[in-house]
Amino acid sequence: MAAIEKDPVLVVVQLSGGNDYLNTVIPYNNGLYRDNRKAVSIGDNQIVHLDQTYGFPSYLAPMKQFWDQGKLAIMHGVGYLDSPRSHFRSMDIWHTCEADKVGTEGWLGRVVREFDPRKENVVTAVSFGPCLFRALSVPGVPVACVAGPLETYGFLPSIRDKAQRQAVLDRFSRMYTPIPGSGVMEYLGTTGLDSLKGADILKVAPGRYKSDLKYPDTSIARKLKGIAQVHFADLGTRVFYCDHGSFDTHAGQNPLHASLWSDLNKGLEVFMADLQAHDRSDNVIVLIFSEFGRRVRDNGSGTDHGAAGVTFVLGEKVKGGHYGEMPSLDAAKLVQGDLNPNMDFRGIYSTILDKWMHLDPVPIVNGNYEQPGFLN
Amino acid sequence: MAHRDDIALMAHLMRRAGFGASRDELEARVARGYDATVEELLHPEAQPPVDPYTLLRYQPSALLPGGVPPMGNVNYMYYLVTTQRPLEEKMALFWHHVFATGNSKVDNYDQLLEQIDLFRQQGMGNYRDLLMTVAKNPSMIFWLDNNQNHGTEVNENWGRELLELFSLGAGNYTEVDVREASRAFTGWTFGTKIPRLPYGRFPWKFEYRPEDHDEGEKTFLGHTGNFNGEDIIDIVVEQPACARFICRHLYNFYVADEPQVPAWSLQPPRDPAAIDMLAETFRANKCEMRPVLRALFSSDFFKGARYKHLKSPAEVVVGTLRLMGGYEVPRPGCGELSMQPSYMGQDLLNPPSVEGWHTGQEWINSGSLMSRINFVAEQVGNTNLPGVQAIVRRLQAMGVLEPEQMVDSCLDLLGPVEVGPDTKKVLTEQAKQWGQIRWDTPAQIEASTKQTGELLQLIVATREYQFA
Repeated sequence: MAAIEKDPVLVVVQLSGGNDYLNTVIPYNNGLYRDNRKAVSIGDNQIVHLDQTYGFPSYLAPMKQFWDQGKLAIMHGVGYLDSPRSHFRSMDIWHTCEADKVGTEGWLGRVVREFDPRKENVVTAVSFGPCLFRALSVPGVPVACVAGPLETYGFLPSIRDKAQRQAVLDRFSRMYTPIPGSGVMEYLGTTGLDSLKGADILKVAPGRYKSDLKYPDTSIARKLKGIAQVHFADLGTRVFYCDHGSFDTHAGQNPLHASLWSDLNKGLEVFMADLQAHDRSDNVIVLIFSEFGRRVRDNGSGTDHGAAGVTFVLGEKVKGGHYGEMPSLDAAKLVQGDLNPNMDFRGIYSTILDKWMHLDPVPIVNGNYEQPGFLN
Repeated sequence: MAHRDDIALMAHLMRRAGFGASRDELEARVARGYDATVEELLHPEAQPPVDPYTLLRYQPSALLPGGVPPMGNVNYMYYLVTTQRPLEEKMALFWHHVFATGNSKVDNYDQLLEQIDLFRQQGMGNYRDLLMTVAKNPSMIFWLDNNQNHGTEVNENWGRELLELFSLGAGNYTEVDVREASRAFTGWTFGTKIPRLPYGRFPWKFEYRPEDHDEGEKTFLGHTGNFNGEDIIDIVVEQPACARFICRHLYNFYVADEPQVPAWSLQPPRDPAAIDMLAETFRANKCEMRPVLRALFSSDFFKGARYKHLKSPAEVVVGTLRLMGGYEVPRPGCGELSMQPSYMGQDLLNPPSVEGWHTGQEWINSGSLMSRINFVAEQVGNTNLPGVQAIVRRLQAMGVLEPEQMVDSCLDLLGPVEVGPDTKKVLTEQAKQWGQIRWDTPAQIEASTKQTGELLQLIVATREYQFA
């Protein structure tokens, strides 16, 4: 087994709603941070220092461990020109790499198409979340979307009797035979059979999975566990996707932000340990992003939509450290009260595509972008 | 007993002009007649409105859902599931598709629900008046930044979408027209958006600020004058393109799936004569929607369009809950139910953009197909639900059923659903494993009831069932 080369795998964790950059990577010596964050700053005694400039809030403690181990890359000031502050629009831009028009192809859907142009493996990408994220959506490219627990994933889980369900699913597959040229019916047929096949492949994963580690009982930890199960099952999955949130902390930010990050951190801590225990950690990197950061000045109990944010990449093969620098908090340098992005997110994608997935990034992210060097 | 074709046609009307109907209701409507039913649908005021107090008694927090789903969705879903004015509610959903306004930015479900309510009140009235109300609707103003549209500094967001997505469609105006329309709407804003805490949310109110209005001369679609917003709307609704655009929307929503809206300037309609007829009715009746809807539902192209429309997630969920019954009061779990359309790709009150949802085939992907089939199958497989029991009672009244009869009857009572021969063959195989369906002893009744649920599950899993 040792001789088999492991394919590189990407896990994406989407922080939906706009994660507050300034309370995630805190410029704790910067007087402007305290001046602007009267209500939602993190107290000095609750900051763990990364170095002389930046610190994590104490609820990011596991991330601090990854940092100390040199496995965590922190990308500063991430965004793009003329950030629109709308969740949808901004998320859409991150998903499709199209800043000026509504894109129809997600960047990871394109990755799947590159890896599996003949659609031989319908679980090349597996998404854990309520819907098909646009990042994964390209017409004609199959993606398995797991909305609930992996154990019950598939059509008609409400039929409890195993043999009876199998008989019904056999009938289902015959009813969905695509007839070429039948338009929507053909499309429905292909989609139905792809999903059926995907469910059939994925259902072996929980059975094959054995671990001494226990994941916390949170939504994000369940998703990460599902990812570990599928990853360990060797089904040829190259892209995993999950979401976590909502980080839209307009009000009551401090406790909310703390609990969201604690859940994610505790989940990631077990996930990374699980990968290591199974000797599966060296071919996985985790990309953690949010559609934008939040406003520099707080609004009395939370923060409003901002522009530049922070993106993390985590993994054994990642060169830990800071990449780029935090945009100035100087009032004169802000754009409508927000940090001005100085690193394009498409550059981060490009590094991952080029150095990790070994794909040409240009047609996937729609152009040439400077690649931060967090991978060899 | 009503003729089978009459039932099928009535079921089609009720699926499109509403969210489906039980067999009892269909039979009663057939007895009253098709045209009489269309009139009844067009005059919802004869039926009682939704009772909001029942909602509040069970879900007091629905009163002020604020920015947080699912309470906004619970509120909307309650109206969709309990309304006795199906076309009024369907029209409100239609306008929600057209004037797509989303909580992702508005961040205030109260205001969005108020917008839906104005669609209920004016959705079947005059389109010009509706457009005027929408132009003054605070959610819309905020959604499209007209509060940032100043006499000294024009913001074109509302002006552009008014022309591109709400009235004329791309290709029927110039960039200069966008600019000039936007200038005419300067000063149209709403009362201060007070921060939500610590006092909670304040209702937003339209405000016209003359000091922020551009009083200069404007040239718009060939007309010149010191126009204000009202003048722009009056000019817009006179355009032949406007009648065609709104009627194509109606056709796509009520008759058969068209390409997505941005392609309309490039691709001709599926049935140009139908659009011509509807547009002429719209013009002749000076933008009154009711005569257009009457013409649509009475037309042969409508009656012949059975199952040519892929159900939207809202239609899937609402149609199922109404048919199954038991959801008349919002019980625990209603939050999860109200989020079901989101899981299938239609987050109500939160469309992905001002362009609205992409419809037809684009509703379907591997995840959403699984979500919709599993949701409906779980409902129809639950033999405790009144809707399933009603179907069982009718089957029981038919007596002994051969497998073919069982399949035909279940297809009939769920729609009638029309399926192709291959699908029919598979369904019949399923029924053949049970042999004759009998109801003579309690044990037989129990087994036959269970088998009914199982057959219904397989029917709702078919491709054909995804269409309305």
